This record gives sequence, structure tokens and C-alpha cells, in this order.
Amino acid sequence: MSQVLLVGTDCSNCSNRALDYAKTWAKTSGLRLYVAHVIEWSPFSFNTPQELEQRHKRREDELDRAHAQVIDPIIEELKAEGIDAQGVIRHGHPAETLNELANELGATNIIIGRRGQSAIKAKLFGSATSTLVQIADHPVTVVP
Amino acid sequence: MSIIKAGFALFALFMSFPALAEEGIDSKIDTAVKPFADAVAAFVFSSFPVGDVQIPFVLVWLVSGATIFTLYFRFINFRAFRHGFQLVRGDYSDPTAAGEVTHFQALATALSGTVGLGNIAGVAVAVSLGGPGATFWMILAGLLGMSSKFVECTLGVKYRNEYTDGTVSGGPMYYLSKGLAERSDKLRVLGKVLAVLFAIFCIGGSFGGGNMFQANQSFQQVVSVTGGDASWLADKGWLFGTVVAALVGLVIIGGIQGIARVTSKIVPFMAVVYVTAGLVIIFFNIEQVPAAFVSIVTGAFSADGIAGGVVGVLFQGFKRAAFSNEAGIGSAAIAHSAVRTNRPVTEGFVALYEPFIDTVVVCTITALVIIVTGTWDPSVDPSQGVALTSSAFESTLSWFPWVLTLAVVLFAFSTMISWSYYGLKAWTYLFGESMITDIVYKLLFLFFVIAGSSMKLGSVIDFSDAMIFAMAFPNMLGIYFLLPVVKKELNEYWADYKAGRLQKFGKAANRP
Repeated sequence: MSQVLLVGTDCSNCSNRALDYAKTWAKTSGLRLYVAHVIEWSPFSFNTPQELEQRHKRREDELDRAHAQVIDPIIEELKAEGIDAQGVIRHGHPAETLNELANELGATNIIIGRRGQSAIKAKLFGSATSTLVQIADHPVTVVP
Repeated sequence: MSIIKAGFALFALFMSFPALAEEGIDSKIDTAVKPFADAVAAFVFSSFPVGDVQIPFVLVWLVSGATIFTLYFRFINFRAFRHGFQLVRGDYSDPTAAGEVTHFQALATALSGTVGLGNIAGVAVAVSLGGPGATFWMILAGLLGMSSKFVECTLGVKYRNEYTDGTVSGGPMYYLSKGLAERSDKLRVLGKVLAVLFAIFCIGGSFGGGNMFQANQSFQQVVSVTGGDASWLADKGWLFGTVVAALVGLVIIGGIQGIARVTSKIVPFMAVVYVTAGLVIIFFNIEQVPAAFVSIVTGAFSADGIAGGVVGVLFQGFKRAAFSNEAGIGSAAIAHSAVRTNRPVTEGFVALYEPFIDTVVVCTITALVIIVTGTWDPSVDPSQGVALTSSAFESTLSWFPWVLTLAVVLFAFSTMISWSYYGLKAWTYLFGESMITDIVYKLLFLFFVIAGSSMKLGSVIDFSDAMIFAMAFPNMLGIYFLLPVVKKELNEYWADYKAGRLQKFGKAANRP
């Protein structure tokens, strides 16, 4: 099985050390790099009928926005540098979805940044990164 | 900010209502509407005598329909119960379609429109008037009602309209008109007539049972918990109504979805609190529970001292289930049709859980609490249902009436939001979609919120109950013609399911 890398990202123009790290890794190894962006969403949320009626349209809008503002510019830049890069956008719980994507795409390594929140904040609000480390089925590289 | 402007306009509008209310407009409206309301109520609730009891035809219509559906689909309410759970859990949800409306979300939204005062107030009245045995019939009617919901919601999804902008509209209006037209040309006209009738009744129901009744009952509970007749609020129904109408207005006209979103998150939490408190009380009175079950079963078949004998008991139980879970009424099909699926029948399986949770679980807990605490009272005034449940909870948890009040108000609010949506869908089906028709309906809706909390309801409430139940006539009549369509969908899907041709995703793929 050919090896692939998966990197999770939130934004395109913010300083993204995880992405830079993944880029270097992909460049030196020649591996395919999937750049994933997860839109936070839960299948078990409670909504009003109006929200449900609009949901399909909203989802399309969210995907368009994620493409235009996050994934597409990154992929373009990576491809320009000769990296075999592909973008993925998915709705769901950030950590669980990244892990599922890694399973689906056959990623051998998940690369992810961290927000650098204080320990208390992370305890209270949870941190996608530490959750991912706990649940991942693959090696996770956390880039500080 | 157009929202702020709209808010001010609304506020000015509301401020003109209280003056009217105080001049006794309630009695004027009552007198004006009474002949018409009585005629409609008399027709919808036209009854025939069985023994000493008058049984309304609509109740027979609902329960016999539910029984026929149960038999026609060979006990689909039990057969598909497990599979329905798998669908709600997301076992069959394709992760690449994540972000669309899920089965769980459609179910939760539909449930928040039905779980409400019926479960709290109505059950207390049923147990009081029909004795513990009414619970037995209520549960039975709830189980049968699952089949009605299965059919309605399958059809709701199958015949919904999907617009180019990606929004969807569904419900009985659409399956009656499109579905019957598809069956044959002769049925096309009938379908159209039924759809229009349904829409008219649905609008009436949205102003009445989905609105005035809710506003009125929640106001009653707020007054009773703040000191009854001595309460500062006792004669200020218009004020309560204005505040509620302003909040509802902010959501449905101002588009402040935040309020609705907060409510839609608190309501399930309150439901859990209610059920938990109920279980706690049952646990505190655990030694009474075996006797309670005995009285439920024996009371169902032998009715000592109950008006109308066994038929009277059965009537109370059936009535309560029908009022509470709305199976066969058609309202839930509107909410369920938003789900994203290419197999309409899956939403039918999920909809089985609606009468189950509403009636078989929540109503039964209320009934048990009333029975084990011994608070039921055969001489209760049917308008005092909330008060009765409240005192049943109070007998064990003295502070609970306050929580119950909050629950009642929130349930009422979320039911109003849901029904404003159902009514609007029916309204736009009749008058077309435009800003003007939209706003006219919404202003009318808000007016009825204030009217509902400031009026002594009487005939107006009879009328609104009648409208909700009238929805069952066109809805169920049309459904009979569409049963073969549902059967075909079901058989195709069930064959795929049994043969394991349906793909499971994620962790579910490894489950048996």
C-alpha cells in the first residue's frame, strides 16, 4: 500500500506550522498529502424546523466557503511546489472525523497543530488535538 | 438595522392589544366566533353513543386507521423498531453526506413539536376521569399510532418538493395532491380537494391547539406557581401574552434564530429532567408500583365508579394518546420531510419513535407518578390538568412545581415555534410564497398568542382542538389510497435490508 499523509487545517493564511511541517515531509518523501478541513457539526444536534429546511442549502454554502477560503488556496500553493496534494472537506466532530478520514484514505500518519490553550481551557472546552491523540488508529504527529 | 425596526413595529403593534383585551374584547370575540366554532366542533367531534359514553367519530377514525395500518404493514411498529434505532444512531449514514439533516435531527425536531402540555396536563386529566386503567389504553393507542406515523412520514419524504435553491417543503398537502394525482386521473381532483382542506385545518390548528392552547395553559401554570388568584400576574394575561408573542415574533419575523436555537437545546434537556424527576418519584414510591401496574391492567377491563364503564376508560386513554402524539393528524410529516435520504421509508422507521417516546414513555411516566402518589381525583376540572400533575410531583419533590413551570413554558414555546412553521407551510401552500403572505400569517399567529393568554377560552379552544383533529379526515382518507405506494417502498427496502445490501458506515460496519 502506498503511503499517504493527512494534515488537518483550520485556515489558509494564518500561520500554520502543522501544514509547513507536512509540506516539508511530503516534499522530501514524495508522499501524497491530503489536506483536510473539518467543519464542526454534529448529527445529534437539536434544531428548529426552519433550520432543517435550510440545512441542505447551508451545507452547500459552508462547503463553498471552505473551498474558497481554506482548502483551494492551500492545494494550489502545494501543487505549485510540486507536491501531490488533495483537499478534503467534511462535516463532523473534528477529532473523530480526522481519524475516520485517515482510515478511509489509508493515511499512515496524521499531522495536526495545536492551539496552545492553557491546560484549564483545554479541560473545560476540550481540545481537538488531545482528543485525536486519544482516539486515533494511526500515528499522530502534533506540531507545536 | 431592519431587524430592530421590525422589532419596534411589532412592539408598537402589541402595545395596542392589551387595551383591547381589557375592554372585554375576549367576550366579544367569544360571542362572535361561538356559533361558527360550535358548528365546526360539533361536526368534528360528532359522536355516537356506546353505552353511557359519547364516542367522537374522529377518535374511531384515528384508532381504526392506526389498527388497519398496523395490520396492513404486518406490525411494522414492532418489526422495524430495532432498524429504526440503527438509522437514528447513524449506522447507515454516509460520512460524505455529513452536514445534511440526519434522521436524529428530523426526529428530535418533530418530537419537540409534540412533547409538551399533552404529556403533562392531558394525562393527569385522563387518569383522573378514566382511572388508572386509562393508562393501558393510552399505551395501546400509542403503540398503534406508531404505524400511522410510519405511513405519514414515509409519504411526507417521498412527495416533498425540492426547490432549486436547495430548500425542501413537505407534508400532507404535497402527498395528498401529488400522490393521489399519481394514482389515477380520477383521484387528482380528490387529492387537490383533500390537500386544500388539510391546509385550511392545519392553519386553524396552528392558531388554536398549536398556539392559543399552549399560551393559555402556560400562563395558567405561571399564575398558579406565583400564588394563584393572589398572584400579581393573575389578571395580566395580556402582559404574559405580549412578552411571549414578542419572543415568538423575534424568532419567526425577526429571524433571530438564536432564541429558537437556545430553546431547541433546552427543551430536550427539560424533557430529560421531567422524565428523571418522574422516575425519582416512582422510585420513592417503589412499594406502590406493583399495585399501580395491577390497577392499570385490571382498571382497563373493569371500571368501578368510572363514568361510562370500560368504554369510558378506553375513551379517556385513546383520546389522550391521540391528543398527545398527533399520529394520523399529519403535522409531523411536515417536520420529518426535511431529512436528507433517498429512501423515504427510512424516515418512516425513524418516525416510529415519535409516538413511542411521546406516549409510551413520557405519558406513561406522568400516569405512573399520578397513580403512585395517589393524586388522581375523579372530580377534577379538565382545565386544571397541569395543576394536578404539579401537585403530584410536589407531594414528593416540594420544589418541583417551579421546574415544571419552566418546563411547561418552554414546551409551550417550542410547540408554538413548530406549529408556526406547520401553519406557515399550509398557508404558503394556499396563498403562494411571498413576503406579504408570509408576514400576514406571522402577524396573525402572534395576535393569537396574546389572544390565547388573555382570553377565557371556552368555545375558542373547542374550535382549535376541532381544527387539529379535523386535519385527520383529509389526511387519513388520502393515506388509504396511498398505502400501496408505501407498501412497495417498504417491500423493496426491507428486501435490501434483509439481504444485507444496505451499506453500513464507520464503526457500525463491524456491528452485527
